[in-house]
Amino acid sequence: MNDTLAGWLQILALVGALALTYRPLGDHIAHTLTSAKHLRVERFAYRLGGVDGDADQKWSVYLRSVLAFSAVSVLFLYAFMRLQSHLLLSIGMPAVTPGVSFNTAASFVTNTNWQSYSGESTMGHLVQMSGLAVQNFVSAAVGIAVVAALIRGFTRRKTDRVGNFWVDLTRIVVRVLLPLAFVFAIVLVAGGAVQNFHGVDSISTLIGDHQSLTGGPVASQEVIKELGTNGGGFYNANSAHPFENPNAFTNWLEIYLLLVIATSLPRTFGRMVGDNRQGYAIIAVMGVIWAASVAIVTVNELHSVSSQAGHVAGGMMEGKEQRFGIWGSALFAVSTTLTSTGAVNSFHDSYSPIGGGMTIFNMMLGEIAPGGTGSGLYGILILAIIAVFVAGLMVGRTPEYLGKKLGGREMKFASLYILTTPAIVLVGAGLAMALPGERAGMLNTGAHGFSEVLYAFTSAANNNGSAFAGLTVNTDWYNTALGLAMLFGRFLPIVFVLALAGSLARQQPVPATAGTLPTHRPQFVGLLTAVILIVVGLTYFPALALGPLAEGLS
Amino acid sequence: MSLTTLEPPASPGGAPTEPQQPHRVSGGMLDPKQLLTSLPDAVKKLDPRVMIKNPVMFVVEVGAVLTTLSAIKDPSVFAWVITVWLWLTVVFANLSEAVAEGRGKAQAETLRRTKTHTVARRLTDWRPGATSPREEEAAASDLRLGDHVVVEAGQIIPGDGDVVEGVASVDESAITGESAPVIRESGGDRSAVTGGTKVLSDRIVVRITSKPGETFIDRMIALVEGAARQKTPNEIALNILLASLTIVFLLAVVTLQPFAIYAGAEQSIVILAALVVALIPTTIGGLLSAIGIAGMDRLVQRNVLAMSGRAVEAAGDVNTLLLDKTGTITFGNRQASEFLPVKGTTAAELANAAQLSSLADETPEGRSVVVLAKERYGLRERHEGELGHAEFVPFTAQTRMSGVDVDGRQVRKGAASAVTAWVAANGGRADEEVQSLVDRISQSGGTPLVVAAKEDGTARVLGVIHLKDVVKHGMRERFDELRRMGIRTVMITGDNPLTAKAIADEAGVDDFLAEATPEDKMALIKREQAGGKLVAMTGDGTNDAPALAQADVGVAMNTGTSAAKEAGNMVDLDSDPTKLIEIVEIGKQLLITRGALTTFSIANDVAKYFAIIPAMFAIAYPGLDKLNIMQLHSPASAITSAIIFNALIIVVLIPLALRGVRYRPSSASSLLTRNIWVYGLGGLVLPFAGIKVIDLIIQFIPGLS
Repeated sequence: MNDTLAGWLQILALVGALALTYRPLGDHIAHTLTSAKHLRVERFAYRLGGVDGDADQKWSVYLRSVLAFSAVSVLFLYAFMRLQSHLLLSIGMPAVTPGVSFNTAASFVTNTNWQSYSGESTMGHLVQMSGLAVQNFVSAAVGIAVVAALIRGFTRRKTDRVGNFWVDLTRIVVRVLLPLAFVFAIVLVAGGAVQNFHGVDSISTLIGDHQSLTGGPVASQEVIKELGTNGGGFYNANSAHPFENPNAFTNWLEIYLLLVIATSLPRTFGRMVGDNRQGYAIIAVMGVIWAASVAIVTVNELHSVSSQAGHVAGGMMEGKEQRFGIWGSALFAVSTTLTSTGAVNSFHDSYSPIGGGMTIFNMMLGEIAPGGTGSGLYGILILAIIAVFVAGLMVGRTPEYLGKKLGGREMKFASLYILTTPAIVLVGAGLAMALPGERAGMLNTGAHGFSEVLYAFTSAANNNGSAFAGLTVNTDWYNTALGLAMLFGRFLPIVFVLALAGSLARQQPVPATAGTLPTHRPQFVGLLTAVILIVVGLTYFPALALGPLAEGLS
Repeated sequence: MSLTTLEPPASPGGAPTEPQQPHRVSGGMLDPKQLLTSLPDAVKKLDPRVMIKNPVMFVVEVGAVLTTLSAIKDPSVFAWVITVWLWLTVVFANLSEAVAEGRGKAQAETLRRTKTHTVARRLTDWRPGATSPREEEAAASDLRLGDHVVVEAGQIIPGDGDVVEGVASVDESAITGESAPVIRESGGDRSAVTGGTKVLSDRIVVRITSKPGETFIDRMIALVEGAARQKTPNEIALNILLASLTIVFLLAVVTLQPFAIYAGAEQSIVILAALVVALIPTTIGGLLSAIGIAGMDRLVQRNVLAMSGRAVEAAGDVNTLLLDKTGTITFGNRQASEFLPVKGTTAAELANAAQLSSLADETPEGRSVVVLAKERYGLRERHEGELGHAEFVPFTAQTRMSGVDVDGRQVRKGAASAVTAWVAANGGRADEEVQSLVDRISQSGGTPLVVAAKEDGTARVLGVIHLKDVVKHGMRERFDELRRMGIRTVMITGDNPLTAKAIADEAGVDDFLAEATPEDKMALIKREQAGGKLVAMTGDGTNDAPALAQADVGVAMNTGTSAAKEAGNMVDLDSDPTKLIEIVEIGKQLLITRGALTTFSIANDVAKYFAIIPAMFAIAYPGLDKLNIMQLHSPASAITSAIIFNALIIVVLIPLALRGVRYRPSSASSLLTRNIWVYGLGGLVLPFAGIKVIDLIIQFIPGLS
């Protein structure tokens, strides 16, 4: 089978599998978020935490719960890493440095999973399993919980309650993430990923060198790394490492896993608002952007080859694994940067300028196509609100989305949301470029070096977590700056989303008439796609021009 | 055909009314001279304390200050050209507002002239029925709530109030522009008088209902001048979005400098300021307040006073229109629509008899019989003189018939029971056929008038005239339009349900409320609002006041009581209930104009990037010159062209902002499609052409090439 055919088959099988999952998984999540019944294990958890599972919270209380839970998680994770040498299963790893501990704690709690360390030489098994992997589950659940509150803002009327965070969190972990992770971990093991409690094995290579190989509970962590759009690898090489991602099948499966929840959530949305067409419109926008991005990256990796070696390899093969090839790598790179996953199976730094630039642009879109678990949907819904606002004015009515009016208050929160991430990215990158010491961290010079810095802040602020590689980020300045970028990039938008949810829930819905802007037609899909591209494009065009564009057009 | 042709509104603003245009909503044209006369005002608005209210233009002004300082320090042709055009950008934006306000000011001047210092004749101890109350002179400005004043022919009414005694004809042209005098009388729904209007005949006693300085004319002046203007909810929401876009672009440009320094292409303050101004949404930011003022102004030109901009916006959002049947949907009086002869009589005979019996009947119903006979059967109207010794029998409440005795023939027409009895008394018999015709007409909501004649000693029924409430022409089309816009129409009438249904069906309204009491009306409004709908209605009576206050858009008729005018949030000076539909359209047009120009403004940025980014960085990274797709002459000319385009487009769009974008009632989907093509795609493409053309011209300026 030639590469092109294999590539097309991978893409078609992926789209087909996601289409098959769309309805059942979306409906299941909707049911999970709306059902009145508690499972026994959940009731036990509520009793343990002293939570009344039937009491709904105001948006402000919901927000406080999210923030309190996340703050405790950061502190716990930080302490865990600092104390690791005293704990079980540390496989001889020393305490993690304060800078890396803060950065990593912020990174895993924010669902970013930026790693300024290499996993196999820094973290013991206990920290990996009960620290980082736990955050892989709950940080993903937090995203879904927040979008659940936003959807309730649309569906509820004249109330100040948007749901119960503790119930949402527990249910998403128990009913959605754990069962899926369990099943697919076994599939990954069957596919060849490792799963053991070995320490560091020293082996002799064929040419007589010694190599240290760390084993560990890899498959169980790998599955939630993708499923929860986390991306923090057990190994430094992440999904390029053969223990994490041994072959083309596991590669395809990992891409499927990192897309599956985020692509099913529009169904959950449509289901909860009582109009599945609304969900189809959102998934259509996500699909169009994803498909365009896959096309651009794949074509550029295949054809923008300048070196002789490249022609021999059949494309930009530097930094890519032979077992995945151009197609499997490009598909992974696009999916991981469009979902806030940040796992990598190839080095984006070595991509063609336009291909690599696309991975940056994907993240700049705000992780919305389909985005992170939950965060992707709330991100695109905020952009939908902006699109509805402008378009709604053009049809001569106070703009309304799903029956809720978009007045000053709603626009304030939506505007703050779209303002936050670009502000963090641009200010962060601006500072890094203005400080001579930090600039020196670049591996490359010229436009490509700038792309590395831009990529780092884009990745952190958008909670993606993938790295362009090349930039030395394990310094106190980068650990702190990127840690803060991740925290602000995650929680400020959540504040605005929940405030918006509260403001929407209070409203009495307006009945739809012929004068209402329809938000389920192809017209709206086109409009929303255009608004996303123009708003993001205009914001980042100057920065992109000095990085990937300067390089790509020369 | 549009209804505006039936009763063309008088326009004190001098705007020509355009009857029968498919797009009814339009404003006055912009007189280019206004741009010049408003220039001083525009310059006055450069005061930063005024500018800060408009965050987008404030940023431009700050940019202009920075480039000015920079140009003074490092003078160059380029720096000065950019500086001048940045200042012009701010001035042009202010100009749009000043022009919009200027039109209002002219109207306010006219109104102020009516506010002469009237001396009021205050009655200190007036009571109902008092014969000779004590009278004293007082300045109009000293009148308090509840004072009574007497006004006689030739005098100016000193303040707003209700007539409590007497009846007079009043010239209200100062306010309505309508020269025909109106009757104002105590009691009923025609009792309100407005300060500044003139009594033409008779004497009335008026109870003052407004405080000094808060009279109708005062409010009107404040409204048209824009002094009372507050930002409307939509405007606030849009301002928030524009402010946040401004911040995003500001950040994008400020952080660009470290990137640029790294790339070895440090940028001057002048270029960075130019880039910010080019990117932030100056087009909509500059025109936003003018759009709002002009929207109010368009209402004023239609003789509608909105008490707040909020009400105008709400009008665009209305889901349900409550329309009074009488005067709005129908002409308000029953008219003959058909002659239905019984067997043995021809329609022409019936028409002839009916016409005869109605010759002396001066009621609208009677006139309509004559008209119908003439139109349908060519029966020439005969004059009483022609008929020699005709004796007319007038209508009385007892006989409930009228008719004529001529040449030994007696013709009668009237209520079915009365005429049947008359026929029976004169030896005839009304058979079942008559009864079935009568029933059929009643069931269709009409009123039957039976016509009978007595010849040769025996009376017999000739047939039945079908009288019905005639729906104004074109209403059905109008309601269809409203339905396409997603607006439901509900007809309010005091008629019985049968009649109401017949008229509702004929007019094509969506629903009706029959035998409506003010309480029913109120309940209907509340029910609609509970479902999240916005309701608009018109009213004039005191008993309409609670409903007017409850409705989201309550349009009080100027002829109505002051209670109604107080309760509503708009007053229609022409007292034309049909205008509600136009008000809705103006409200929609206002929002569409804002949305369209926002889209246009944002879409413009794409072209500006393609002009400015290569100009800034093509030296450091020659590959970026590929982005210079317009092939602009030089970096300096490219940036200058973008800035000049950015400034000029504001001036070019001032007429559009004042007039409002073209609006044709249709569904949201088709409106959006059209506006996206025109303003979205247009906004994307036009600046490429505009910037290129400007570049072709300015490349010859020394220092820019």
